[in-house]
Amino acid sequence: MTAVTTTTAAPTEAGALPPVRRRRRLAPGRRWPAARLAGPLLVLAAWAAASAAGQLDPAAIPAPWTVLRTLGRLWTDGTLATDVLTSLRRAGYGFAIGLAAGVLLALVAGLSRTGEALVDGTVQLNRAIPTLGLIPLFILWLGIGETFKVAIIAIVVYIPVYLNTHAALAGIDSRYVELAEVQGLSKPAFVRRVVIPGALPGFFVGLRLGVTGSWLGLVVLEQINATSGLGYLMFQAQNYGRTDIILVGLLIYGVLGLVSDSAVRLVERRVLSWRRTLSS
Amino acid sequence: MAPHTEQLTRPAVRLRDLKRSFGGRTVLDGLDLELPAGQFTALLGRSGSGKSTLLRAIAGLDHGVAGTGHVAAPRRVSVAFQDSRLLPWRRVLDNVVLGLDGKGAVERGRAALAEVGLAGRERAWPGELSGGEAQRAALARALVREPELLLADEPFGALDALTRIRMHHLLRELWERHRPSVLLVTHDVDEAIVLADRVLVLERGRIGLDLAIDRPHPRSYREPLLGEYRERLLAALGVTEDDR
Repeated sequence: MTAVTTTTAAPTEAGALPPVRRRRRLAPGRRWPAARLAGPLLVLAAWAAASAAGQLDPAAIPAPWTVLRTLGRLWTDGTLATDVLTSLRRAGYGFAIGLAAGVLLALVAGLSRTGEALVDGTVQLNRAIPTLGLIPLFILWLGIGETFKVAIIAIVVYIPVYLNTHAALAGIDSRYVELAEVQGLSKPAFVRRVVIPGALPGFFVGLRLGVTGSWLGLVVLEQINATSGLGYLMFQAQNYGRTDIILVGLLIYGVLGLVSDSAVRLVERRVLSWRRTLSS
Repeated sequence: MAPHTEQLTRPAVRLRDLKRSFGGRTVLDGLDLELPAGQFTALLGRSGSGKSTLLRAIAGLDHGVAGTGHVAAPRRVSVAFQDSRLLPWRRVLDNVVLGLDGKGAVERGRAALAEVGLAGRERAWPGELSGGEAQRAALARALVREPELLLADEPFGALDALTRIRMHHLLRELWERHRPSVLLVTHDVDEAIVLADRVLVLERGRIGLDLAIDRPHPRSYREPLLGEYRERLLAALGVTEDDR
């Protein structure tokens, strides 16, 4: 560290230059491993400490261990496992249908002018209507069963997938289009080798928004119109003032959201590995 | 030499009365031009004189540009752009063989990469290449198709001076080996004189000067005789003594 100081040391040789002074680093230093966990862990520790000290009303915010005990009991009871599975199935089906529809419509609108004329305006209109506002209509059409829940989730998912994928398809660099013409690519080859790979980054943005959307839609649907599932469990707990069960539900929603988002990120990193060379 | 001269009699490109305009501004105004097969030609012109417009007309890339006239060009045309225009999501070798199908495409791609000095970089991503390397890969992509005509739109414009000189040697070497007709669009008078056997100056929408450079290769920038050509070209480009 002494080399950093500015004072010129007594020159040992005639005409020796002063030592180079390192500039003060303005960017934050190197990241430490698993640093992002530090904040949540601190919150958890504060929560545990406050509970242990009796500073928190157990009816409003039960202690972390109470929540864990409730989780264990609900799981061994058998009701929690079925509730989680029901919720997962709804979200999964809705997400899959919404994803497929979003990609398909984006391709139709992005690859032909006719498709764009027919699809794009319609989707933009659909987007202007808050999807959750469609719930009463959908209940009348499809009944209060699973179909309507899956349909609503699919709509919540397809919109961001469509919007981002379509924008990415429409935004393909015209220089690459010109290149494809020069190289004599056929239309299918152009779509496969230039358009789709070029639109993938945008597609992944839509995909991640879609995943988030599917959980959001699920929570709303299950808390207002369900007789099973995680949201229903939490809704029931509210009636009985069981905050510990509500926290268990939130915990599971959080874990599911985190896991699905990480999965998408992982796939994205794999598929877009060519990008790392630019950003790293 | 006999087969060479015979080749020269067959034109690779023939343009008759070519007119192109953008938004009412005439860029090409009844231009006539013939490029013999296998000739290395450079096209000079002030910026905005329509060099790129002419090149794009020959390449058939000027969709939606207003214009008339007759363009005859070979079937196998390659274009080298100012930017290397490698697709960032395809590895270098996959970029080189883009649009090339059939068996042996990959082998030909490898050979082309080796020819431009990029052997061993087949699996690299374009983002990992330096500017010069990327432009070499673009040359490999242009040549692997065995073009009868190579159109190059300021392909060295974005490179540093040292890399540019190396690329000049490489391009001339590749031309001598494969003998496509070359039309090199450039704004660099010295580049045109050192590389080409014929230099055209585009002026007011037509070929204003058509100069044969009859000097042996390889040429050096320091060759005194090239100075005369330089004077004539600079005069044609409207650069006067006062400007220099």
